[in-house]
Amino acid sequence: MGAIEVRDLRKEFKAYSSRSGLKGAFRDLLTRNYKVIPAVNDISFSVKQGEMVGYIGENGAGKSTTIKMLTGILEPTSGSVTVNNMNPHRERERFVQTIGVVFGQRSQLWWDIAVQESFRLLKKVYKVSDEDYNNHMELVIKTLDIGPLLDKPVRKLSLGQRMRCELAAALIHNPPLLFLDEPTIGLDVLVKLKIREFLKEINEKYNTTILLTTHDLTDIEALCERVIMLDEGQIIYDGALKSLKEKWGEGKEIQFQFLEPAELKTLEEATSGLQVKWEVDEKKQVFTAFTEDNEETISQVIAKTVMAFRIKDVNIDETSTEEIIRNIYEKGMV
Amino acid sequence: MDKYIEMIRIRFLMMLAYRTNYYTGILIYSINIGAYYFLWNAIYGDKQEIEGLSVLQMTTYVAVAWMARAFYFNNIDREMADEIKEGKVAVELIRPYSYLGMKTMQGLGEGLFRLLFFSVPGMVIVWLIFPIAFSAEPAVWLLFLVSITLSFFINTQINLLTGITTFFLFNNTGLIRAKRVVIDLFSGLLLPISFFPVWAQSIMGYLPFQGISYIPSMIFTNGFTRVEAIEALLFQAVWVLILFLPIHLLWTLAKKQLIIQGG
Repeated sequence: MGAIEVRDLRKEFKAYSSRSGLKGAFRDLLTRNYKVIPAVNDISFSVKQGEMVGYIGENGAGKSTTIKMLTGILEPTSGSVTVNNMNPHRERERFVQTIGVVFGQRSQLWWDIAVQESFRLLKKVYKVSDEDYNNHMELVIKTLDIGPLLDKPVRKLSLGQRMRCELAAALIHNPPLLFLDEPTIGLDVLVKLKIREFLKEINEKYNTTILLTTHDLTDIEALCERVIMLDEGQIIYDGALKSLKEKWGEGKEIQFQFLEPAELKTLEEATSGLQVKWEVDEKKQVFTAFTEDNEETISQVIAKTVMAFRIKDVNIDETSTEEIIRNIYEKGMV
Repeated sequence: MDKYIEMIRIRFLMMLAYRTNYYTGILIYSINIGAYYFLWNAIYGDKQEIEGLSVLQMTTYVAVAWMARAFYFNNIDREMADEIKEGKVAVELIRPYSYLGMKTMQGLGEGLFRLLFFSVPGMVIVWLIFPIAFSAEPAVWLLFLVSITLSFFINTQINLLTGITTFFLFNNTGLIRAKRVVIDLFSGLLLPISFFPVWAQSIMGYLPFQGISYIPSMIFTNGFTRVEAIEALLFQAVWVLILFLPIHLLWTLAKKQLIIQGG
């Protein structure tokens, strides 16, 4: 039995719509129009103990709703969820003892009191023995470098400092399963790196299963081998991040910066006859040519472009994961 | 149980984190007691007694009613409403404890804090300024203690009920305000229940509100005979039991149709 087993999971919400005008508003007092909208539409997947899985999708794809069902907060409309061999909603109080959750946009520390007081309360709440607490938290506090923050009230911490404390708070009872809902939202690069390092470390040390939702794909690339991609409540991809890249990331992108102002049209004309698609960034500085992964084509594109404009900088990259994901979101399928 | 006691401690810390609230609280309560003292003195005028209460009993009633209020009063209905509106209730539900139990403990922590650092010193100050009769009988004190404990539970249960309605109404600021006015009036804080017209008194007998303020204050001022006092305590205890029912019902319903607002 895996850490998470999900079968035909479905969650519907009623979406109320208001009628227009004053007359409509009065009618709304009596009866209201609503539509039943499935936020999560019959999904199935399973996660093994010790896996790190990235759960991605556009805003409103149903990620958070899934996490809330997996953590026992919401009751599914239909389908079955088994996490750590328990039904999260029915056995909530016993179940949540075995998971840790970080909501990037919500604090679970008490705002007005020192961090260590929150930790102390959580230690009692999860019934952690002094010995376990000292052994485990010493490492957590050291790795996340939050020792000096412990006696400060949460409201005086910066976002990065708070986030590291949140992570530590979610791990007080050393849970075998960790849910992270956008844990790196709004954090600077250094804090992000620290958090990633730390997650890798606890995954290796305790074989902790981690389910991560994020919009920052570099998080996923750094941590997860497997991704589950959601679109409009349905799973559109479930598999290795690598094969997603192999399947979709066939092309190369060549980025140019020119010394003189350039136009997309001129570039397209200059490289006409070649398999190439041009794009320009908002500042009209960086022009990107998407081509197939073929040395001949790439050389030709560069040669022809150089003939047309004088060049400041050139870069050849593989199609980035971000690019791949964007393509998939736009097309809505894999 | 450990975790609930720890929660009371945390609440103490939170109360201490906001000292200004504490000082302004003392000021507001003193002004209220003073205002009602002069008001009742004017109403009594030359009369020795109204509805079985002497003017001295009346002042004691006012003082003790406000001081007891410091103990049973809490804002957990508003806190719950905020937590539900902002979606913070999600965080509460991922912890291995009963949300309502924890809220009650937070209210108790707040109440105990005010009882120790607010009501007791406040009572001493009030006693120095106004003529107040304290009972010398330990039995009265004991009955009073049992009674305010029960008032705390009745008031907290009503607060929990009001708080849970946020799950269904999404915005219940009006309801919370209305509830507060109803409790201040019908609990006997502003006017002893025995001063109400008879028909209103008989309706009040079917409602839990007088168990919040009227009963403990009457016990403290010796306004009840011993038998009446015991009956009043039973009245409170029965209401504590009855109120568990709608709370349990609404909470089960709420969890079923819970929507976490704000993603």
